[in-house]
Amino acid sequence: MNDFMSPAALRDRLQEWLDQRIEIVLAQLLRAGVLGSALVVIVGAVLYLGNHPRARVDYSTFQAQPEQLRSVHGIFDAAIQGQTAAILQLGLLLLIATPIARVLFSVFAFALEGDRMYVVFTLTVLAVLLYSLFGSFLIA
Amino acid sequence: MNVAEFTFLVWAGSLAAGFLGALTGLGGGVVLVPLLTIFFKVDLHYAIGASLVSVIATSSGSAAAYVKEGFSNIRIGMFLEIATTFGALLGAFLTAHVPTRAIAMIFGLMLLYSAYVSRKTRARAETDRPPDPLATKLKMNSTFPDTNGIRHYNVYNVPAGFSIMFGAGALSGLLGIGSGALKVVAMDQAMKIPFKVSTTTSNFMIGVTAAASAGVYLSRGYIDPALAMPVMLGVLIGSLMGTRVLVKTKTKSLRLVFSLVIVLLGIQMLFKGLIGTI
Repeated sequence: MNDFMSPAALRDRLQEWLDQRIEIVLAQLLRAGVLGSALVVIVGAVLYLGNHPRARVDYSTFQAQPEQLRSVHGIFDAAIQGQTAAILQLGLLLLIATPIARVLFSVFAFALEGDRMYVVFTLTVLAVLLYSLFGSFLIA
Repeated sequence: MNVAEFTFLVWAGSLAAGFLGALTGLGGGVVLVPLLTIFFKVDLHYAIGASLVSVIATSSGSAAAYVKEGFSNIRIGMFLEIATTFGALLGAFLTAHVPTRAIAMIFGLMLLYSAYVSRKTRARAETDRPPDPLATKLKMNSTFPDTNGIRHYNVYNVPAGFSIMFGAGALSGLLGIGSGALKVVAMDQAMKIPFKVSTTTSNFMIGVTAAASAGVYLSRGYIDPALAMPVMLGVLIGSLMGTRVLVKTKTKSLRLVFSLVIVLLGIQMLFKGLIGTI
């Protein structure tokens, strides 16, 4: 450390160092989340391709997915029953959850640093994300 | 095509898109939707849903590689995510109400714009202007490692950057892309954030923005698991490979080729939207 650093400058450098540490932990968390979700998707893919590899596909007309594949609750229920499409969807859901987990942990990280302003910002982002995942079916 | 052939071909195409996207820094999502709709005849809504999922995979998967370099700024990222996530919600809601043809045309314009931005030379470093009071209050000014040690930077024009971010979020939600090009413009051009800081911070933000619209897409039934599966696995593996090679190869001519591909796809999307065959 530089001997001539003022206490304020020192505090700034400390905050940056702490930010950096938090970033690295969060990035590893994200990577673990992606790998976990990819594994679930791969399991689903093996089941899906094993089930009916010769069936014809046509995605040219849009039909909304069945109700149970459209909510967090429905996906979990159907995946536990071993439905192939739901296992695939569960993997995708885990993937969507990784950035949400990152934001959630950032709330704690900013709280640890005592940065109230950024705790509020981060909570706002978290609220939007949770609304999208759990509440957006309310307005269609 | 049967399930096995279709899944394999979509996987291979997504792998190539993810690889080229990461290698050139232009992002894979931007070519994915045209690839799925034009070559695989996939409905635009399904294509956008699958692309959105792959955008999250790329962003979260490459975060670890980016963070180690020490460039990203979580405060800037988190503050601007307020704008992008609200924008993404709006965009995702609009998808159901905007005609498919119009979405295709907006997509085409976005592709042309991305190609244009990627060819533009960057506006260069800010001289020692006094720090912006708002940016200071928001604790955005920071440092990053440079060849000559630690370099300090100041952030400016926060309201302008915030507004552009809202637009970037809305486009991301409407088109299922990362909108990385627009995010970098907001941070790089408007807010005068050093290029490396804006690209790495943008990578983080892309995943959070996409997650904000993915929830809406999921509950609308736009995310088809059997289609999103090969897209996600392909883009993820491709982009991880791309970031590995990134450091070693010279990508100038590759960037040019990929920009041309983007322009051609953009014209295709515009045309298909105009004549209504999408």
